[in-house]
Amino acid sequence: MTWGMHEAAATTERPVSSTRQQGCGAAGGADATSAFSRAPMLSVCDLTIRFGGIVALDKVSFAIGAGQILGLIGPNGAGKTTLFNCVSRLYTPTSGDILFNGASLLGQPAHRIAQLGVNRTFQNLALFRSMSVLDNVRVGAHARSRGDFFTDALRLGRARAEQRKIDTRAAALLADLGLESVAYRCVADLPTGTQKRVELARALAGEPKLLLLDEPAGGLNHHDVEELGRTITGIRDRHGVTVLLVEHHMNLVMSVSDTVVALDFGRKIAEGTPEEVRNDAEVIRAYLGGAAT
Amino acid sequence: MAQQDISFSDTAVRGLPSVEQNSWALWGTVLFLAVAIALPFFLRSFVVFQLTLAMIYAIAIIGLVLLTGINGQFSLGHSAFFGIGAYTAAVLMDQFGVSFYWTLPVAGVVCFVFGFLFGLPALRLEGIYLALATFALAIAMPQILKSSLFEHWTGGVQGIVLIKPDAPFGLPISSDQWLYFLTLAIGLMLAVCAMNIVNSRTGRALIAIRDNPIAARAMGIDISLYKTLAFGVSALFTGIAGALSGVAIQFVAPDSFTFNLAIGLFVGLVVGGVQSIPAALFGGLFVLFVPNIAESVSKGLAGAVYGVILILVIYMMPSGAAGLARLVADKVLMKAHRKGPR
Ligand SMILES: Nc1ncnc2c1ncn2[C@@H]1O[C@H](COP(=O)(O)OP(=O)(O)OP(=O)(O)O)[C@@H](O)[C@H]1O
Ligand SMILES: [Mg+2]
Repeated sequence: MTWGMHEAAATTERPVSSTRQQGCGAAGGADATSAFSRAPMLSVCDLTIRFGGIVALDKVSFAIGAGQILGLIGPNGAGKTTLFNCVSRLYTPTSGDILFNGASLLGQPAHRIAQLGVNRTFQNLALFRSMSVLDNVRVGAHARSRGDFFTDALRLGRARAEQRKIDTRAAALLADLGLESVAYRCVADLPTGTQKRVELARALAGEPKLLLLDEPAGGLNHHDVEELGRTITGIRDRHGVTVLLVEHHMNLVMSVSDTVVALDFGRKIAEGTPEEVRNDAEVIRAYLGGAAT
Repeated sequence: MAQQDISFSDTAVRGLPSVEQNSWALWGTVLFLAVAIALPFFLRSFVVFQLTLAMIYAIAIIGLVLLTGINGQFSLGHSAFFGIGAYTAAVLMDQFGVSFYWTLPVAGVVCFVFGFLFGLPALRLEGIYLALATFALAIAMPQILKSSLFEHWTGGVQGIVLIKPDAPFGLPISSDQWLYFLTLAIGLMLAVCAMNIVNSRTGRALIAIRDNPIAARAMGIDISLYKTLAFGVSALFTGIAGALSGVAIQFVAPDSFTFNLAIGLFVGLVVGGVQSIPAALFGGLFVLFVPNIAESVSKGLAGAVYGVILILVIYMMPSGAAGLARLVADKVLMKAHRKGPR
């Protein structure tokens, strides 16, 4: 059952709180942070992003404590994926800030985010389609390994050692997610459910502290969704990975999340325990008015 | 085991069910080496010279495989790097009396730098726009080489005449044969390096960028860095090929490195199979021999015959020689399987 994950990743870290972080918490409303016993790992502060006339995110603030699972829900077009894209630095927000362990992510280029410990999956699968399952997972370990053209071209000892490290981790992840039998298959030939698991394995190969999952249950059948729920809590419980989960599958979100945040038209309309958010009048209205699931 | 050097994309990983590795690649390599080493003793020296040139083109095409096939960046300008490599070697030998053998790594490094620098602005260009920018480079290069600015070194339109090195250590072989073996050795070394790159962390990053740049970035891959380095490394391979060609032909002149050469290399890349390093050799042979074959069919219509051959080849092997080889191997293996114990 070992994930081959570094021990450091398995212990949940208590980030040193900074003045900036507290400032952000205040801006997000006192209730946003007081709900957590731990200092937040990720704080989203007044995050706003516009595309032309569309305000895709409108002063959204919330925070996730280390070791938590936060469910992010909202009707289609609410801005959930956009928020993920801001955190992974694929988009640059118009205003606001994103703090990871107290430091702003906005000054970082996109390729540094994984190194800092934030990894993600994509709503519409973004696998490396010409590669095998194994190679996809190996690429996931890129941020946690080193190498260059020269050492790789000559297969110097260092390159081989890194390769072994990557392979050990990839093999452990494939075993853990039940992907061993398809390890050498081209990902493009596999069913959607399997591809989703490959994306999960690829994201975990980066040894994240924070994992962003964008609709991991999309296209899965009932049985697979239950299994996915166990996998997600397993990732958190056994290795202390903090999870930000975007999902339309309400049963899944409500059963695994510690906290749920609801977005609608780019605004945060509710935040609280799954029970509170499920019964929130505005959430119910948003779902009845918009595309319900 | 030799298998490691010629491995396909997946070598077996401990803890995972191992792939059934066939020994075909190994035997193929052994057979190829045996034939390649024996050939120069049976062929006329002009044919040996032609095969040397084909291998030189193959080395240049390996550079294109890494850039285009693996990393997904197009270049119609590799004649420029080929030319820079050839001129670097020629000027060093002619003006500074540097030994031919030393000019090869120098040409490689010089071209790496040029390729890297060209790769920087090319970062902003995708697909056909990048192809256009490299096309401009190919068009400019012969004129730059002719320019009176560098005439003192390059000899302007006259070019530079070079001398082939004799076989060292008193080996009883001709200089043509020696250059053939030298090119074969360098080509094999570079091919192994290129295959190592493709099957490494670096290679996977290059392929990831080609397959899905957004996901590649999210996995922590610095796209700009890898793309510019890929340009540099690609130019390095092509530059070494250029240096070898100057000596093989014993002459460098600006008009040897026109856009026609760039297109020739590109054709070699495609008919070989854009992602296959070994297939670059097929590409090299095609680039060298098919125009000659076309000319022997009809002098007046050589261009048309070449065109027809090219279309036929692409029609029959839509994914290049490598694709055809894979298809045949799959068929044969499947038969062997059915007969086999399992
Ligand atoms: N790059 C972009 N350019 C223009 N508009 C965009 C862009 N990205 C997102 N949007 C807009 O932002 C809004 C939020 O989209 P987003 O994809 O974040 O929604 P979502 O909550 O993930 O929805 P779904 O549940 O359907 O995945 C939409 O109106 C979308 O059209
Ligand atoms: Mg979405």
